[in-house]
Amino acid sequence: MKTELKVNGQLHTLDHDPRMTLLDALRDDLHLTGTKKGCDHGQCGACTVLLDGRRINACLTLAAMHDGCEITTIEGLGEPENLSALQTAFVSKDGYQCGYCTPGQIMSATGMMDEVRAGDPSHVSTDLSGDVPFDDAEIAERMSGNLCRCSAYPFIREAIAMAAEVKK
Amino acid sequence: MTDTFKMDEAQPRLLDETRQGVIGTPMDRPEGKLKVSGRAPYAAEIALDGMVHGVLVRATITRGQITAIDETSIHDTPGLLGVFHGEHFVRNPAQGMAAESPEQPGTRIDYHGQPIALVVAKTFEAARDGAHKLKISYKPDDSVDVDPQTASNVVSKDDDAVIIGDVDSAMARADASVDLQFTTPGQVAAAMEPHAAIAQWQGDQLLLHGSLQMLRFNKRELADAVGIDPENVRILSPYIGGGFGSKLGIGAEAVSAALASRALGCPVRVVMARQTVFDAVLRRTETSQRVRFAATKEGKLTAIAHDDTVSNLSDEGFAEPVSTASQFLYGAENMHFLQKVAQIHRTPAGSVRAPGEAVGMLAFEAGLDELAEKLDICPVQLRLNNLPERHPATDQAFSARALAQALREGAQQFGWSERQPTASRREGDWYIGMGMASAARSNMLVPSAARVTLEADRIVVETDMTDIGTGSYAILGQIAAEMLGLPTEKVVVRLGDTDLPGASGSGGSFGASSAGSAVYLAAKKLREELAHSLGCAAEELTLQDGMARGANHEKSFAELLPNPIMAEGAIEGGKTADEYFSAGFGAHFCEVAVHAWTGETRVRRMLGVFGMGRVLNEKTARSQAVGGMIWGVGAALTEELSHDPRTGHIVSRDLANYHVPAHADIPRQMDVVFLEERDDQANPMQTKGIGELGISGAGAAVVNAIHNACGVRIYDFPATPDKVIAGLEALGR
Repeated sequence: MKTELKVNGQLHTLDHDPRMTLLDALRDDLHLTGTKKGCDHGQCGACTVLLDGRRINACLTLAAMHDGCEITTIEGLGEPENLSALQTAFVSKDGYQCGYCTPGQIMSATGMMDEVRAGDPSHVSTDLSGDVPFDDAEIAERMSGNLCRCSAYPFIREAIAMAAEVKK
Repeated sequence: MTDTFKMDEAQPRLLDETRQGVIGTPMDRPEGKLKVSGRAPYAAEIALDGMVHGVLVRATITRGQITAIDETSIHDTPGLLGVFHGEHFVRNPAQGMAAESPEQPGTRIDYHGQPIALVVAKTFEAARDGAHKLKISYKPDDSVDVDPQTASNVVSKDDDAVIIGDVDSAMARADASVDLQFTTPGQVAAAMEPHAAIAQWQGDQLLLHGSLQMLRFNKRELADAVGIDPENVRILSPYIGGGFGSKLGIGAEAVSAALASRALGCPVRVVMARQTVFDAVLRRTETSQRVRFAATKEGKLTAIAHDDTVSNLSDEGFAEPVSTASQFLYGAENMHFLQKVAQIHRTPAGSVRAPGEAVGMLAFEAGLDELAEKLDICPVQLRLNNLPERHPATDQAFSARALAQALREGAQQFGWSERQPTASRREGDWYIGMGMASAARSNMLVPSAARVTLEADRIVVETDMTDIGTGSYAILGQIAAEMLGLPTEKVVVRLGDTDLPGASGSGGSFGASSAGSAVYLAAKKLREELAHSLGCAAEELTLQDGMARGANHEKSFAELLPNPIMAEGAIEGGKTADEYFSAGFGAHFCEVAVHAWTGETRVRRMLGVFGMGRVLNEKTARSQAVGGMIWGVGAALTEELSHDPRTGHIVSRDLANYHVPAHADIPRQMDVVFLEERDDQANPMQTKGIGELGISGAGAAVVNAIHNACGVRIYDFPATPDKVIAGLEALGR
C-alpha cells in the first residue's frame, strides 16, 4: 500500500507492507536511522518523534495511519555542524553515553518543552491550571517515558534545563 | 608484530610532565555531534543493497529435543527466503574472552527461550510473521531443574574456597556478631540497543556489522561458530548502543545472520526483539548469600565470612564471583568464602556490569551496617577500623588504595554527622534516613595493541577497541594529543574494526587502562623518534601545539616531519600484578525518603567519592561513575527478573516488567568526587577503571539508608514497597 509522509519538511511516498510501523518506515524505507528501535513496544522512548508537533512513540503506530501527516525526526532538528540548542546542551553536559536513547530523549524534550509552555499539567504539577514551573521535578516526570540504561539522567536534565534557559 | 611492553615495574609519571594540558580535562566527546544529531550509525543501520531480514525463533520448552521444524507450515509467507537452523546455531552468547564458539547444541534444548531457528524474508514484517507461525515439534525431557533453591545438582567450588582460621569459633567467642541470609534476583544488562548484526559475504570473506564489545575475541568466536578461518572474518562495530557485559561475546544474532547470508548470497540483518534480548542474552545470576561478621566490642572484626550460591547451565563455566570484594575490603583473623553453583535450566548466566561486586556488595555492605548498629559504632568508623595491611587472601601489597580517604571525605562532604538515630527523622508521611557503603572493584590490565600515526598537524589513533558509551573515542584522543603535543581536535580516533591492532575490548573496567596504555606506548615511541630528529634526549623533549623543544632546540612538527611517522604500542600485565593488588576504591553515601504508608523509597541525593588512579577525562569518568551509582539504585529498589516456576522462563521479559531506573527515580543531585591518585603499579598511565566502581556498593548505601530512615532491613532484594510495608508492620510502625 501507499502512504504519503512529510518528514522533516520533505514529502515522501512510501510503498509498504500495511503492517509496517512508522518507526520501521522511517528507519528502513527512508533511511532516517536517527530514530532508534529500543523495544518496539512503547516502553523505552528511543523512537520518539514529533507527529504534527506532538511527541509520540513511532513504534506504537503504523505508517499507514499517518497519510498526509508531518513528522519531525532528530535529523530534522539539526545537523552535526548546525545543532539545535538542545542538541548542543546534550553534548556539553554529557547528557548521553552510548548515544542510543539520545535522539529519543532530545525529541521528547523538544516536545515536552512545548507542552510546558502551553501550560499542560503533569502528575507532579501542584496546580492543574495556570503556569507550570519548569523545574527539575517537572522535567523528570515528563521525561520518564525515555529510558537511558547508561543512566545519564542527571546530565540529560541539566542539558534540558540549560537549553530552556537559552530559549528564554 | 610489535614488541610488547610488560608491566614489570612502576613507570615514570610522564603524563604529569607533558605540556599539552588536555589529559584529564572534561573534554566533550568527539563523536557527540553525530550522536545527538542521529548520524552515528549503529549495527542495524547500515544500508546495503539487497539486504533481507531475519527473525529468531525461540524454544517453547525448557529441556529436550527438537524433533521437527516444519518449514511447510509457513511456505505461504510472502517473500519467504528460508528457515535456518542446525549444527552451527549457537545456544547463547559466548562468555567474555572465550575466543571460541559458544555451545552449538544441534537439536537439544537447554532453556526456555533458546534461539533455535531463523526465519528470513524480504521484509521484516513477513519474517516476523513467519517466525511466529513456524511449527516446531519437540520431545520434552520431563526431569528439569529450574529453581536454584531446589536444584538436585549443586556443585561446591571447594578448590576456589578461601578459608583462613576458624570463623565458627570466632563467631561463638565474639562480643557481637551477625549471621545473615540475603537473596538477590537475576538481573539483566538491558542495553538500549537490542543485539543486532548485518552479515555479508564476498567469496569466502565474512563482513559483520555487529554490536559487540570485544572484537579481537569476537572475530575468533564467529569464525569458529561458522566454521571458517578467523582471517576471513572482519567485524565492524564503531558505535554500540550500550553493552554492560551483554555484548562481550558473539551471539545468535551474528551467527544466524552469517549462516543465512552465506546460504542466500545477500546481506542478512538480524535484530533481536527486546523480548529475545531478555530470553537469549546472558543474564546476571540470582544469588543467595550468607554473610557473617564477628567483632570485639571496640569494633575490631575477628571474623568475615561470605558464602554464596549462584546458578548457571551445567556446561557454562561462568560463576558470578560474588565475594571478590569481600575478600580484600576488610581484614580479620578468621575468614571464609565458599561458592556453590546450582545447575539449572534458566537462560544461562554471564557477566553483567561488575560481575561479583554488583550483587555481592549489596549483601556484604548491608551486613556490615547491621553489625555497626549492634556495636553502636558509626558505620564509617567501623570500616576505618578494619582496613587490612595487605590483601588478606593473597597477601599481596595494595597499590594505591584511597578507601580511608574516600570514607572520611565522603562523610564530611555529605554531612554524615547530621545523620539521626534510626527512624527518628520524619517529614510529613516520609521517613528520612542516610546510609553509606564502601566501594571496591578490582582493576586489571588486558593485552592491548594500538597504532598511532603522527603527521605535521594531525594524529591518527587506530585500534579495534570499542566505545560502548564509556568514552573511548574521547580518552584515546586525549592520551595521544597529550603525549604528542597537539590539540585534541587534531586527533582522529578509529575504533571498532578487527582489521586494526587488537585491543582489550570493553569489559571489566579494563578498557581505558589497557587500550589507553597501548596508545600511550605507541605515542611514546613517536616521542623518542621526535627527540632523535630534534637532537635531544627523550627525557628533555617537550611537545606542545605542534612544537618540539629540547636541549635548546626548537622545531615545528612541519619541519621535523617531512613524512608521517607511525608506531605500534602493545602492553600486557607483568610482575606488578603479582606483587601488588590493584583496585578502585571509594565510598557511597545516600539519603532516602521512605513513605510511611506506601512503603515507597525515593532516593533524594547520593554522593560517590572514588579513588581510581589518574582521571583521563573528568566528564566521561563522571558519567560512568554516576551511571554505575544509578545501577546501584536499580538493584536496590526495582530490578528483578521473575521466572515461571514451572518452566524457568523469564516472565519479566520486557522493559515494562523489568524496571530499570527512569528519570523520575533519580534525583538531580548525584554527586561524584574523584580523589587525586596515581596507581603506579597498574600501568604506565597510573590509571584504573571506573565503569564498574560506581555500582559496587551503591545499592547497599540505599538499603542502609532505608534502615536508618525507618528501621526496616531488606534481606530479599530489591526493596520494593511490599517488602518495606511488611517490615514496617513487623516493627509496629
